[in-house]
Amino acid sequence: MSLLEVRDLNVTYGADVRAVRGVDFALDAGQTLGMAGESGSGKSTVALSLLRLLPATATITGEVLLGGEDVLTMGWGRLRAVRWAEASIVFQGAMSALNPVRTIGEQIREPILLHEKVGIRAARERSAELLDAVGVPSRRMAAYPHELSGGQRQRVMIAMALACRPDLIIADEPTTALDVIVQAQILKLITDLVHEAKISMIMISHDLSVLADTCDRLAVMYAGRIVEIGDSRQLIEAPRHPYTKALSSAFPKIGDPASRLAPSGLPGDPPDPSAIGAGCPFAPRCPEVFDACSTREVELWPAGPPDSARESACLRVLPEFSEVPA
Amino acid sequence: MTATTSTAPALEARDLHVTYPARRGRGPARAVDGVNLTVGAGEIVALIGESGCGKSTLARALVGLVRPTAGEVRYQGTTLRYSSKALKQFRRHTQLVLQDPGGALNPKQNVFDAVAEGPRLHGLRAGLGERVHDALSRAGLRPPEQFIARYPHELSGGQQQRVVIAGALALDPSVIVADEPVASLDASVRGEILRLILDLRESLSLSALVVSHDLGLAWNIADRVAVMYLGRIVEQGTVEDVLLHPQHPYTQALISVLPGTDVDPVLLRGEPPDPTAIPAGCRFHPRCQRFAALDEADERRALCTGRNLPVLPADEPGVACHLVDHSADPADPADHPELSALGDAMTSRRADNS
Amino acid sequence: MTAVVVASPPRLEGARRFAREFFRMPTAIAGLSILVVFTVLALSAPLFISGDDLDVTKATGGQLAPPGHGYPLGTDQPGRSVLLLLIWGTRTSLAIGVIATLLAMVLGSAVGLLAGHYQRFAGRALMHVTDWFIALPSLPLAISLSAVLGQGARSITIAIAVTSWTSTARLVRAQTLAVEARPFIERARALGAGNVQIMVRHVLPNVAPLILVSSTLTVAGAILSETTLTFLGLGNPTEVSWGTMINQAYTGSAVTRGAWWYLLPPGIAIVVVVLGFTMTGRAVEHILNPRMMTR
Repeated sequence: MSLLEVRDLNVTYGADVRAVRGVDFALDAGQTLGMAGESGSGKSTVALSLLRLLPATATITGEVLLGGEDVLTMGWGRLRAVRWAEASIVFQGAMSALNPVRTIGEQIREPILLHEKVGIRAARERSAELLDAVGVPSRRMAAYPHELSGGQRQRVMIAMALACRPDLIIADEPTTALDVIVQAQILKLITDLVHEAKISMIMISHDLSVLADTCDRLAVMYAGRIVEIGDSRQLIEAPRHPYTKALSSAFPKIGDPASRLAPSGLPGDPPDPSAIGAGCPFAPRCPEVFDACSTREVELWPAGPPDSARESACLRVLPEFSEVPA
Repeated sequence: MTATTSTAPALEARDLHVTYPARRGRGPARAVDGVNLTVGAGEIVALIGESGCGKSTLARALVGLVRPTAGEVRYQGTTLRYSSKALKQFRRHTQLVLQDPGGALNPKQNVFDAVAEGPRLHGLRAGLGERVHDALSRAGLRPPEQFIARYPHELSGGQQQRVVIAGALALDPSVIVADEPVASLDASVRGEILRLILDLRESLSLSALVVSHDLGLAWNIADRVAVMYLGRIVEQGTVEDVLLHPQHPYTQALISVLPGTDVDPVLLRGEPPDPTAIPAGCRFHPRCQRFAALDEADERRALCTGRNLPVLPADEPGVACHLVDHSADPADPADHPELSALGDAMTSRRADNS
Repeated sequence: MTAVVVASPPRLEGARRFAREFFRMPTAIAGLSILVVFTVLALSAPLFISGDDLDVTKATGGQLAPPGHGYPLGTDQPGRSVLLLLIWGTRTSLAIGVIATLLAMVLGSAVGLLAGHYQRFAGRALMHVTDWFIALPSLPLAISLSAVLGQGARSITIAIAVTSWTSTARLVRAQTLAVEARPFIERARALGAGNVQIMVRHVLPNVAPLILVSSTLTVAGAILSETTLTFLGLGNPTEVSWGTMINQAYTGSAVTRGAWWYLLPPGIAIVVVVLGFTMTGRAVEHILNPRMMTR
């Protein structure tokens, strides 16, 4: 039985903003999944819905099975127990996710004290261990968030996420606001910790290449749907959806003559979740679009060898359209 | 097109220093600590560095928004003076594009006013409508009529950035300084804006200085690149040389951590630098992986910790390092035939255009 | 190729949008209706109230008579119709409230804008002056001013303006600082804008919504202040305003005589007008605020 199984997740904000339009995926224990997408793709909404952290204006349907139990229909008490002890989140933008008027030691201790029946002394020891594990000297436990650098704050967030030894960690754009070198340090830290403790991880980012390096599987989201999913190496090397191709070429590989003085991008803008028309939502911007794209509805179809669990929501993977010229 | 007659670079920083005064508890911050940099006519130069290295301050000094504490800024050979008249004159030639396009536009101004602001400030009222129309088309917002009545919050990030660029173009500048022009934009939109900058170079012979933390951006659009660390340029040269054969340990570290490279990532020790506490000797040595690998007895250690490095001159490639690795010589054309062919094609294209 | 030239789009688009949202809110419509009714009354009063109705010597009603035919709200001591007095009083009270607010707004906004923009020497000096005024107790200041300037509407207006400009100044200064920290100010400088252009073209339009909301709420306060000051005897007894009516009701022992029709109507009128201004102000704030915050 998978650790996490999401079935037909739909999230609508208010009356007409369909942020997530039918998402299915599964995650086994110890596996890592990367979710790539831009603004409006719904990736952060999916992440927050896994722990039912969406605002009250959001209508959620579908199932989110964490260890067999549906998070969306759990009782409040059970949900609070699950939050953090079974699945935790590393939020984006550590400065606003940390309480500025409490020390980092207190903030790491808080979930430990809430979920485990231990006294303050034991909690303090555990937070010192966690800080050391993430590379922040434990004597800084009494520091306030603003006294730390951006990289250190993000490490504190990771320590907090690990505090209750969860089975699943959801990292929402964990490195976006950080410098390149610090980004690399944080990513290495996350991957090492996750592998050591055999924790499952979902990492969300707009940078496909970062995800390819750190995750086993990759799901690319566009307009609230997964448009391609599969093993990350295979997906990057041979993408089967035009959007994946565009995303991976957005950040060029240095040394590749094809991208020298030739930036590649897509015309238009990421779609507005409240105004998505019929057919494939990517059709208006797709460089490989043809007539049927604006009329036929798309869904995820197998796009690789039978056992590869590789799927793509592009009409071109269907045998009837595989020969259509670009 | 006639050959350019002026040999002076379009924009130049000469021994530029910008120091922010001491505040309570902290010493003075030497944000820019001696920089020589030129941007030639029709050239795109990328200035790469992490936060705290002073690249944004340098960019603002080059457009006259920040007054240098020492050294000078030159536009086409003439030193920039800081009287309001001289500055206003200068603004017609050098314009700035900022990182956050949503914040860079006044929410109370519609697109027409945002683009017309520059011309209005400089008294160019005749033919204002035409000027705005041209600027918007050149920035890729076509047809312009569709956009002029809109407000910034009704536009997407990419469109907002195009409006900012149009606003800069409305003054017919010859140099654009862009501070992280695509960092806040979606990945799929990034390419379009970068392509716009390249097109403007082709169609208007615009020169550009693009400031970024993203080396890939330099690969995408720049001719030359300068890497900045703690107020100084530590390495500069053509993009091919610096990015494919980096000689400074900092540049090597930056390139090694890019995802998808074959090199083992070099994770530098320590935190990004603080301009109020610049180390003695080579300012990079506390984090330098090459310094850390030196033997205790190695006499070069004294160089790194004690001897200051000279400011690199502007017009030639250079590396500011005591331990320069001469084994990594500039690209041998035989090793990268496709790149040298590309280089030759570009040089001949530019020769055709001039 | 024919050049299609664009021209500056019509200016009133923003105002039209605002009006549309405004008329969708019940509180806004209610508040605005109240203000419209009172304004119309104030402006049209000379059409149906003659000098004779207000002249103490020409009063024809019974002395302090309760409401009856011909006098829907009864009469005051000299026998004038309370209703007509009330309507006439609207003019003075509203005028004082609005003019005092206008003066306070202009002064406060100017000080706040300058203090926020010129942060160093001039700004600090201005804020010291503002702080000094805040420290002065407003009621004794108003009383002293009126004593110096003489009793009557003019001195009351000035007194109110002098004591209420400081909160606007602080508000505007804080908002100016916030606006000037945003990137578009830097862009304006890069385009060549000077100090005046930045303050007028960029800061002011972004601060204006705040000033507007603040004004509607200040008028309410000004009207209450006017009432207080005239009640305390600083008004001109021959002028008719709600404050003087309450003052004369009080000094004429209307309460002990049970003449509620003399005391209550001006009080209720004040409450209703203040409510009107407050509701309108809140509605305006509600419409402008989300846009101000998120955009």
